[in-house]
Amino acid sequence: MKKMINLTIDGIKVQTPEGSTVLEAARSAGIRIPTLCFLKDVNKLGVCRMCIVNAGGRALQAACVLPAAEGMNVKTNTPEIQEYRKNILELTLSTHKKECLSCIRSQNCELQKLCLELGVEFGDKYEGVKNEYTIDDLSPSIVRDNNKCILCRRCVSVCAKVQNVGVIGPVNRGFKTAIESPWGLKLNQMACINCGQCIVNCPVGALHEKDDTNEVWAALQDPDKYVVVQPAPAVRAALGEEFGYPMGTSVTGKMAAALRRLGFDKVFDTDWGADLTIMEEANELVERISKGGKLPMITSCSPGWIKFCETYYPDFTDNLSTCKSPHEMEGAMIKSYFAEKMNIDPHKIVVVSVMPCTAKKFEAKRPELGHDGMADVDIVITTRELARMIKKANIDFCALPDEDFDSMLGESTGAAVIFGATGGVMEAALRTAYETITGKKLENVDFKAVRGVKGIKEATINIGGTDVSVAVASGTGNASTLLDSVRSGKKNYAFIEVMACPGGCVNGGGQPIVSSQVKMDKDIRVERAKALYKEDRNKALRKSHDNTEIKTLYTEYLGKPGSHKAHELLHTHYQKREKYSD
Amino acid sequence: MDQSKEKFAQLQKLIDSHKNMKGSLMPVLQGAQEIFGCVSEDVQKFIAEGLGVTLSEVYGVATFYAQFSLHPKGKYLISVCLGTACYVKGSQNVLDKLSEVLEIPVGGTTPDGKFTLEATRCLGACGLAPVMMINGEVYGRLTPDVIPGIIEKYRAKED
Repeated sequence: MKKMINLTIDGIKVQTPEGSTVLEAARSAGIRIPTLCFLKDVNKLGVCRMCIVNAGGRALQAACVLPAAEGMNVKTNTPEIQEYRKNILELTLSTHKKECLSCIRSQNCELQKLCLELGVEFGDKYEGVKNEYTIDDLSPSIVRDNNKCILCRRCVSVCAKVQNVGVIGPVNRGFKTAIESPWGLKLNQMACINCGQCIVNCPVGALHEKDDTNEVWAALQDPDKYVVVQPAPAVRAALGEEFGYPMGTSVTGKMAAALRRLGFDKVFDTDWGADLTIMEEANELVERISKGGKLPMITSCSPGWIKFCETYYPDFTDNLSTCKSPHEMEGAMIKSYFAEKMNIDPHKIVVVSVMPCTAKKFEAKRPELGHDGMADVDIVITTRELARMIKKANIDFCALPDEDFDSMLGESTGAAVIFGATGGVMEAALRTAYETITGKKLENVDFKAVRGVKGIKEATINIGGTDVSVAVASGTGNASTLLDSVRSGKKNYAFIEVMACPGGCVNGGGQPIVSSQVKMDKDIRVERAKALYKEDRNKALRKSHDNTEIKTLYTEYLGKPGSHKAHELLHTHYQKREKYSD
Repeated sequence: MDQSKEKFAQLQKLIDSHKNMKGSLMPVLQGAQEIFGCVSEDVQKFIAEGLGVTLSEVYGVATFYAQFSLHPKGKYLISVCLGTACYVKGSQNVLDKLSEVLEIPVGGTTPDGKFTLEATRCLGACGLAPVMMINGEVYGRLTPDVIPGIIEKYRAKED
């Protein structure tokens, strides 16, 4: 038991465990202190000064870094404090590019919200010199606009501490301080893995995804193009948030309906591609185990993770499964199997993927992911971009009926749905590998040991008398820890799942942005994953190899998993990448 | 080339003696600046790899503190005092004249690598204001018209 501390906050007696901050103690008593730079478990610097409180000291102190002490009497919201906070905001605004009408974060901006709450009347109270920065939009995934940056350092902390990447940081000092890459390099010149965790943790509009919606609109308008769309598993668990649904609401049916109304010729589902991935990946795992191939085999669905591995752990690239990621597999099948069956010229097909991910934009541009001069996937948009398209098209999302995906590449099992949560790919692969190896029916399909948001999870699964040890990591920082233990020989696994984003795709860099205040009380990774596991439970089929459309695909087109044709279309290779560009 | 190899070996030694110590980046950067005269991109990458920190962190510290120079400095470092006493006595005019004669901005280095021009805080010789220092040699009671002569003296020096 931790020692409890008694203090008074705004006249309320509060008990809090020793070691908590005043911010945490206040929160537990239902007292909300405004914050900007604070990010639970990640960024605790006290630099923005929004959370200043009067704790009886000589000056006001930042509650996020002020330890709660016995007998403390704290005031969090006196007129004096309100005035200070307002002043801090006005000073912040004096160097902020205020294009709030058109800003991508308008109405979802933490700075804007605080200005409204604290009654900031006009943004130009302090006029003066401004820094002017060029917008960095050279990365295929991430756009950085330092003119809107408030120097909170949340992106810096997430990139360095959570993801163990650290390609941005504060440079220079004083008024000239900016969050940049060293030597004025742009993000695309750095070993950035494009995960977009910086975006989903930015309080303002200084970071956002590269918007590719115009390309999609153009394709939809082009009568010569046959435009096919496929949304990833995790998109359905979060898209609803953009339309007012509570976090953790699954909106699969409405999403399919909305995509159809946007005018796509076919509305397929990346869940189908996920089932196909499991067929190939489980087969690869069984082959590697039985034929003495390179182990541990590591999953290859997450493009942020793949670039991380190629750059920071190049000695593990032979451990990566050669399977393309689900949407790339589906894209390859759309431009071969589907095109042949429907007698459509595959060069006229435009495959649009809706992903919870910004790294998928980079992945789709990899030259090795395609065939016959065509890319498997042509355009990738994020969950946020899809929401913007739906709004722009005046579709009343909440009033839509629930619709199904189109058949041929639209059916899916519960195994595919859970791809969106950390541990999901592992669980789905185990369901299929078990039945492949033992030839027996798997009665309990729930592998609960690999579920949950713990950074690294380990389990030993008995498959037909053999113990198979597996591990799951989410967040590339955790992946580093895991791989270091494998590299040093301390740990030994047959199969590892890695997702670049903490919690997996539900918390991907392309997902709806949740404010740091909400994140103090809710774990979005847990809430959104619940929607996926519920969908899995309610599915009639829960193992990828039971998917009837996938069975048809193998009978009619691919032969069997790991066949020559499957290898040609569904597998890929990796390259070692330099950490520093020349 | 060998000289550079030797310098990197020296830096490696310094890194080894600071490895796994908290707050080691600052002394290593200072040491590197002494060895190389500046902390260039290659040097910073070497430090990042050696200490196991990111290049962003190294570059952030190197650009935060004015004591670090990212580019090689000239053979002769000219520091003009802009402290209160010197400033009142017109050191800004001296600085402007130097900038004009050397054809470089403050903080810059001449293309031939001979001179670097810097403005500094109080040098502690207020009685001689306005003051400048060239590689440790102090020049006091300066006026802009004596500047060309002083620079000429250094230009004429053998390499």
